[in-house]
Amino acid sequence: MSNVPTELRYTKSHEWVRREDDGTVTIGITEHAQELLGDLVFVEAPEAGSTYAVGDDCAVVESVKAASDVYSPLTGDIIEANEALADTPEVINTDPYGEGWIFKMKLADEGELDSLLDATAYAEQIAAED
Amino acid sequence: MPFIPHTEAEIKEMLETIGVSTTEDLFDEIPAALRAEGLESIPLGQSEMDVARLMHQRAAEDQRSLCFAGAGAYEHHIPAAVWELTTRGEFYSAYTPYQAEASQGTLQLLYEYQSMMTSLTGMDVSNASLYDGASSLAEAVLMAVRANRKSKSKRILTLRTVNPTYQSVANTITRHQGITLEEIDYDRESGCVDINDLPEEPGDVTALVIQQPNYFGNLENIDALTDWAHKHGALVVAVVNPTSLALLKPPGEWGEIGADIVCGDGQPLGAPLSSGGPYFGIMCCRKDYVRQMPGRIIGRTTDLDGKEGFTLTLQAREQHIRRSKATSNICTNQGLLVTAATIYMSLLGPQGLYKVASASHNNTKLLREKLSKVEGVTIMFNSPFFHEVVFKFDVPVIEVMNALSAQGIVAGVLVGDHYPELEKCLMLCATETKTEKDIDTLVDSISRIASTLDTTKRSIQPEMA
Repeated sequence: MSNVPTELRYTKSHEWVRREDDGTVTIGITEHAQELLGDLVFVEAPEAGSTYAVGDDCAVVESVKAASDVYSPLTGDIIEANEALADTPEVINTDPYGEGWIFKMKLADEGELDSLLDATAYAEQIAAED
Repeated sequence: MPFIPHTEAEIKEMLETIGVSTTEDLFDEIPAALRAEGLESIPLGQSEMDVARLMHQRAAEDQRSLCFAGAGAYEHHIPAAVWELTTRGEFYSAYTPYQAEASQGTLQLLYEYQSMMTSLTGMDVSNASLYDGASSLAEAVLMAVRANRKSKSKRILTLRTVNPTYQSVANTITRHQGITLEEIDYDRESGCVDINDLPEEPGDVTALVIQQPNYFGNLENIDALTDWAHKHGALVVAVVNPTSLALLKPPGEWGEIGADIVCGDGQPLGAPLSSGGPYFGIMCCRKDYVRQMPGRIIGRTTDLDGKEGFTLTLQAREQHIRRSKATSNICTNQGLLVTAATIYMSLLGPQGLYKVASASHNNTKLLREKLSKVEGVTIMFNSPFFHEVVFKFDVPVIEVMNALSAQGIVAGVLVGDHYPELEKCLMLCATETKTEKDIDTLVDSISRIASTLDTTKRSIQPEMA
């Protein structure tokens, strides 16, 4: 069973969202997602300054098997992308909830956070997939 | 004899199993309005014997002519060994082999091809080829839109001196994807784009497409154009003739940092003219954009025993994995033509290719000098050129062409078809296959025909009563 930290929020498409103290959110892909993908070799992170709506594809994670889209869990502006991933995409495999974060967003509507899954609901979803 | 293995009984059985009554029912989901009612302009089928007879008749009409036509497809000498080797059973398959365990020879050949193309273009990576020159430009435009993530406009500027048929194909393929192609006109004296005619504030431009040598055979000011594009945040797509790169500066060295994507037609490298195809497209790029490049890429690796081997690489974004989100769904690889090109380049080597390019340029220079001395024929542009020249005729150019055709000479290409302002013009090309005698034959014939057509010079004037 994959690690699903209780303090995070999740999407059905396997992104995690962490609300920071300054009101911004940090986003990555879950441990379960990186297990499905296998060894990551390349990450195409979004450009700072660009704007995405819920469900827009905004990044690509590429493993030796496939390139997969990362969907924006929320609506808002990208304020920072994890530049370290350009040289070390494998940190998503080793530390998906920490060093392996992909981008940070400033939200248009914080209320959207409530529409995300909590850890229990996400854990149930991935258990149902297996 | 039909080549479909199923019998009527088997077809009936299969239809019954899936619960439909006729084969037609399988296409039910296609709306009636979208279905072709029949192919009215296509004649009925003919027997093999009748087709063979027809083809022999047509082939007999195809005389061995003296060809001065270019405009994107060029007659070059192809050493006999090229197609002798290419058509050996080991190579004679038109498709990329996927299975590394069964296709090391072909994969190695494609790897060598890629190495040769990167060396010719001065770029970091090459794919294993595309369909042809025109579609390679369309793919380069799509790739530029993916690669230039800072640009949101999907707006491509294209020099008007880029092969008009390539522009047309690129437009057809890209226009329904929100991409616009805008032309930048050329200077009428030089037949090249004047850097001073480019806008100072062009707005958001995704890419600039430059062809070198341009469609008229002239050499564009590639360094200034490349730097202009990069200064305004646009990528540079270079359309090139691979033969010319033996003489000219490779796109990887254009301007301060070089072109970003290189495409073009590989036909000059060992493919016969053959009425327009099959040819193959080339595509190279800088390493930063390799993940946006369509098509197959062959890589070198080591196997479990530590031995060198070759395999498809970077396929995570191809259609069998990414489906509709793949970098391209028409990344057809022209394996057999690429095999011929690789053998052609191997046989010639860098010096051989340099000789082909130099001889083509020198022959065209000779043709330019000699033909410009004919009365009523003028050189249209004053730029440096590679192996094509545009001439303006005082007499009707179509009649000159027809008269030459009757003598077995394909005089050139009418550029007025795509450029109305050049309606009296003919574009000629003399590659290394032409001798001085061939050029004299052409020039003498044109001289004679032009003076016959020139009504002001007719010796017998109607007598006045």
